[in-house]
Amino acid sequence: MSQSFTSDVKARELIAFRIGEQEFCINIMAVREIRGWTLATALPHSPDYLRGVINLRGAVLPIIDLAVRLGLPSAEPTARNVIIVAQIEQQQVGLLVDAVSDILTLNEEHIQPTPDVASDLVKTFVRGLLPVEGRMISLLALDHVLPTHALEAA
Amino acid sequence: MSTTVLTVDDSRTMRDMLKHSLLKAGFRVLQAEDGLDGLEVLKTEQPDVIVTDLNMPRLDGFGFIEAIRRHIDHKTMPVLVLTTEVDSEKKSRAKAAGATGWIVKPFDPVKLVDAIRRVAV
Amino acid sequence: MDSMATIRRTFFQECEEQLGELETGLIKMESGTQSVDTVNAVFRAVHSIKGGAGIFGLDGLVKFAHAFETTLDDVRCARLLPTSTVMATLLRAADVLADVVRAAREDLPFDDNKTNILISALSKLDQNAVIHETSPPSESITEHSSTDTGSKNWLINFYPRRELYAKANETALLFRELNRLGVVNVTIDTSRLPELSQIDVDGAYLSWTINLLSDCTESVIRDVFEFVDGDCVLDIANPTEAIVVDEPPEFYGGFEFFAPMGVDVSDTAQPVEKIEVSVKPENITGKVEASATSSIRVDLERVDRMIDLVGELVINEAMLSQRILEAGIVRASGVAVALEELEHLTREIQDSVMAIRAQPVRSVFQRMPRLVREVATQTGKLVRLLTEGEGTEVDKTVIERIADPLTHMIRNAIDHGLESPEIRLAAGKPAEGVVRLAALHRSGRIVVEVADDGAGINRSRVKAKAEENGLISIDAALTDDEIDNLIFLPGFSTASAVTDISGRGVGMDVVRRSVQALGGRISISSRPGKGSTFTMSLPLTLAVLDGMVVNAATHSLIVPLGAILETLQPRAQDVHPLDNKVRVLSLRGGYVPMVDVAMALGYRSEAIEPTKSVALLVECEGGSQAVLLFDTIQGQRQVVIKSLEANYRAVPGIAAATVMGDGRVALILDVDAIVAASRTDQSRPETIRADITLMEAS
Repeated sequence: MSQSFTSDVKARELIAFRIGEQEFCINIMAVREIRGWTLATALPHSPDYLRGVINLRGAVLPIIDLAVRLGLPSAEPTARNVIIVAQIEQQQVGLLVDAVSDILTLNEEHIQPTPDVASDLVKTFVRGLLPVEGRMISLLALDHVLPTHALEAA
Repeated sequence: MSTTVLTVDDSRTMRDMLKHSLLKAGFRVLQAEDGLDGLEVLKTEQPDVIVTDLNMPRLDGFGFIEAIRRHIDHKTMPVLVLTTEVDSEKKSRAKAAGATGWIVKPFDPVKLVDAIRRVAV
Repeated sequence: MDSMATIRRTFFQECEEQLGELETGLIKMESGTQSVDTVNAVFRAVHSIKGGAGIFGLDGLVKFAHAFETTLDDVRCARLLPTSTVMATLLRAADVLADVVRAAREDLPFDDNKTNILISALSKLDQNAVIHETSPPSESITEHSSTDTGSKNWLINFYPRRELYAKANETALLFRELNRLGVVNVTIDTSRLPELSQIDVDGAYLSWTINLLSDCTESVIRDVFEFVDGDCVLDIANPTEAIVVDEPPEFYGGFEFFAPMGVDVSDTAQPVEKIEVSVKPENITGKVEASATSSIRVDLERVDRMIDLVGELVINEAMLSQRILEAGIVRASGVAVALEELEHLTREIQDSVMAIRAQPVRSVFQRMPRLVREVATQTGKLVRLLTEGEGTEVDKTVIERIADPLTHMIRNAIDHGLESPEIRLAAGKPAEGVVRLAALHRSGRIVVEVADDGAGINRSRVKAKAEENGLISIDAALTDDEIDNLIFLPGFSTASAVTDISGRGVGMDVVRRSVQALGGRISISSRPGKGSTFTMSLPLTLAVLDGMVVNAATHSLIVPLGAILETLQPRAQDVHPLDNKVRVLSLRGGYVPMVDVAMALGYRSEAIEPTKSVALLVECEGGSQAVLLFDTIQGQRQVVIKSLEANYRAVPGIAAATVMGDGRVALILDVDAIVAASRTDQSRPETIRADITLMEAS
């Protein structure tokens, strides 16, 4: 299931968002809702990219600081930040980003491979690059964003 | 619209088994736990075929079939009785009550589906 | 997911329920308080097990259930009176049936001797059964039909009676079936059709003549008409070009015929005698218990969803309260009064919704009589089990988890509590011991008691054993109560105390731990010569929890109230460093390790000064104690338990999460885990205590 949400992009709609100077996108089918930043409750013994958990209508939602996860410079979130609530397999997760920037409709053939010079971290999460009106948007694979294995704990 | 089958059996195992076989054959499946429950389902649903057990608490299969045949909306609904009872007395009683047909447990899924196809319009 | 495996699992789950019903019913019958419904329910239980076993090809189980069912049918039809001898055999059969079911579930071989002995015992009962009426022998079916390797031309005359239509059969469907057998040519005869105005909608006026060109046998053709046999005139003429060959009848697989198959053609022209069936009232009303209160079945998921939503409501209501308070609205204002009403209403809704999922403990209690019989046989003791309060309701999630501790408590009561019949007689007691199992509600919790009228706890032996195992220091001054409760310490029920029965590698410490994991407590009280009583108290639900809201560094945490023994304010002279990591607090002559929770969870790196902290004395697994240090205490409140695993994963030291009045998530502390993690190596507090005693002395 997750594969079809995250990597199969044949003529699908994508949601694009900004982290710092960079733009990324994910399949819109994986997005449940978009909401403003609220203070998260930190979890002990958790990886550095896990901002903590928030209450999403009664469910406990982990918040991933996508900047930290992707090895980009990050700052304390403010009310201007946005949380993208995404469905990854059976779980829901909040992705902390700077802002939602665009909704794109693209075909498979538009995707270009990630260059070999990219870091391992980028290669893990970026499935390909999309040139859009002179911008370069990285297509993210959500599969590995959430730590599912104890090994990944801090 | 696929054929809808109402299964009435007090055994969860049997209900699951029926559901499994029937879904696989492409039927839509409704379930009830006994005769009263079955009548309750019939208040809101119009299945194409009913498959019912005979020996059930509260309202057994005989009473259930009689109630169906008395009801103006349900009297033409095919009812197959499903039971391990093989003695002729039970069969005659079921038929007198208005059963359309008969299947003996443990059933063969293929024969079950075949029996339903035979009575479903 | 393999759905057959799932159905198989369902089958065995259902078997357990049926076995419970069976046992309850048989016990009712034994005590002479049965009704027709009881006997029917007992029959149905075995019948259902047999039916399911057939699906999965569990032949041994089918065979045994069939023998059992046959005897139960004799009882049901009053051919066999449920005398005490009969009942004893039936109860034994129920036990063996349970064993066969469990062996089948585990795919284990089962000793055929055991079942064969009972099958012959049951069939002996069957022979004694009074046959009121000779049931008609199943009519043997003989048929001579014609076959040929080539196609034959069959001529079929078919005249449906109105009964055929009344049973929802359709002629067109029959022709469709025939069409599958070969080439069909149908001619309709409408000559009996009356004037339109005279037509009875339920009437039968049409008949058909069918030419079928097929290589099938006559029985195959009759199979097509099997459901309408008796409700029509069916005439199948011998096919032309027939070569007559005798052939055994061909059956249509799992289908049976409403009437014998080999119906003489001339017979079918006669109207078939109507079979009078009077449906007895009990067939309609069925289970009196069930029909007395009307009920509906609801998918558990829907109830769980509703419980979640009400949890939401409670949280939202708390948030609203907080906001209103922050807005500075005075308590006496209309808003505050309305809010109070809302709060009251919300609680009531919560209670009512939780009550939906509540179930009587009966389902667990039902399993105990058999356990008692088994343990009694194994120990050679005479035991009578009394149960009270089976109707006491508790959340479904709790019910599922009390069976294990209860089993251990009962085993323990019989094995260790009750004396042998000889000893009892010598002590002037009846030879038969009594184990009383009771459930009741007490101050918002469910209390389950297991009491025996045995010898009570042998305190000098328990104390000696605890000393021997190094659980207490020699000459420790303990109250009677403290000695009794030593049996819950880990490492107590080792070696000599373990018998086959209570043993099974599980001590009372494990029972206590599993009870505590549910937010419950267990204790024992005992009177020498009079007996012992185990008392287990549990929350009514696992969906909400009574907790203490505390602050560790800047974080709010919830400590389950069930784990807290008392709140302390440590004094400087009572704090002793054990090493550079662990400090202990001297408390009433003993020493208890202290855990700085904020540090344990990584909220800060500098340990809090114990005298500036709030300390909670908690009880953790195995009955050991620890002191948890926090910055401040906010107060008690009931919280709705939310899973962290649903969207994330388990977090060490954290049991679950909840949502607070301000809408933020707060974490619920896992007291056992946090204390265990902070312990150095494998040293237990008991050993720490011993070490300290030595240090103080030197």
